[in-house]
Amino acid sequence: MKIVRVEEIEDAVRRLSMDVNYYIRDELREAYKKALEKEVSEIGKEVLSQIIENVELAASEQLPVCQDTGVSIVYVEIGQEVKIEGGNLYDAINRGVSRGYKEGYLRKSVVRDPLFNRVNTGDNTPAMIHVEIVPGDVFRITFMAKGTGAENMSRLAMLTPAAGVKGVRDFVLKTVAEAGPNPCPPIVVGVGIGGTFDTVGWLAKKALMRKFGSRHPDPNYAKLELELLDEINKLGIGPQGLGGRITALDVRIETAPCHIGALPVAVNLDCHAHRVGVWEK
Amino acid sequence: MGEVIKRITPPLDDKILEDLRIGDKVLITGKIYTARDAAHKRFVETINKGGQLPVDLKGQVIYYVGPTPPKPGYIIGSAGPTTSIRMDSYMEPMLKAGLKATIGKGYRSWGVVDLLKKYKAVYFIATGGVGALISKKIKKARIVAYEDLGPEAVMELEVEDFPVIVANDIYGGDIFEEGVRKYQEITLPFKIERISEV
Repeated sequence: MKIVRVEEIEDAVRRLSMDVNYYIRDELREAYKKALEKEVSEIGKEVLSQIIENVELAASEQLPVCQDTGVSIVYVEIGQEVKIEGGNLYDAINRGVSRGYKEGYLRKSVVRDPLFNRVNTGDNTPAMIHVEIVPGDVFRITFMAKGTGAENMSRLAMLTPAAGVKGVRDFVLKTVAEAGPNPCPPIVVGVGIGGTFDTVGWLAKKALMRKFGSRHPDPNYAKLELELLDEINKLGIGPQGLGGRITALDVRIETAPCHIGALPVAVNLDCHAHRVGVWEK
Repeated sequence: MGEVIKRITPPLDDKILEDLRIGDKVLITGKIYTARDAAHKRFVETINKGGQLPVDLKGQVIYYVGPTPPKPGYIIGSAGPTTSIRMDSYMEPMLKAGLKATIGKGYRSWGVVDLLKKYKAVYFIATGGVGALISKKIKKARIVAYEDLGPEAVMELEVEDFPVIVANDIYGGDIFEEGVRKYQEITLPFKIERISEV
């Protein structure tokens, strides 16, 4: 049986909080460069150059890439042969977030109550924590710093089975088209299809947390991911919505079985500062 | 769309505003003020009660930003624009109080595009998601109101050659509509509706 101590978890989350905000992953930097080669609009190229310059500056001075250092989304996959020792998993994650956001000079962007008492909690806690039990002895934390500019432009629809592929496609395109410049394009698009009302949003978020550029294992969905990416890039929104060919950098779909009468779809958008990191033991 | 670089310093008068057209690249030097959701709520509550605002908005520029805390030795942390549409429902009282320009990212509701025309004010955009880069254009920063709001406190920033683009001018122009019109290569079976807060 593998043992994971809460101190290790706290420290991993603390480091992930800072690292994802300072350092943009290589595969995403590559995507920016490819986007710059493909973009035809002059202003679009200028924006992409600024994005590239910004991530280099942020990494060299350990500054947050974006001032919206996000709400912390922590997805924990725990192998059923793993034992967590030394305390409470959720408390350890929140201590890691609190320390990471304070020690890393990150912005604290969480209010305790959504409606009546919007007072900042002061340390970016609580994190949004999702735990799943998986086979084996893996212990994996996927950390996402999620800005709200793109989160606010995300949408969910309960389509009917008759809507089919066309219905899903139109809903994704409409969501991206109406979001326009607001989610900080070029964006990354996470699509959840199936499940129920509650699970489909999480599927879309999991799609965003999946490896950049990875394709769905089912070839039908893998093809749909690439077709949607192509069509989104024909919307003309462009970098920062100023017009151009590069509106999205990647589209990823996650799916689940669903009711005979249902076709839930969720579209979760992320900005070009697409901050995800993984720690595994 | 213009391609000229224009330099301006607040407070902004009609002559400056009349010269700005969508697509113009503008460099701002001087003092600007920060405010986002929570500060706007307080501003407008104060205006509605007939109270005095902590900042005289006449001719001023508000930057929609909530920066990260400065690291030791730094003036400010990352400081890029936030999505402007969330401030749209507060716009009319702010414009009535004399506000002449806002800086943010993303589009404004069509209602705000009309208000900008009515009150002769402009909307600038700065590049979203490049907060580290933008922070280098900020030379001084101090909190002037609502310190309890943390990252949402109102700050006075002294900026130098702060780069923005005119997204909505006093003539009703809209940069985003023009951009999409130029580059869209797909026919959609639905109408694109702009999200509206006003």
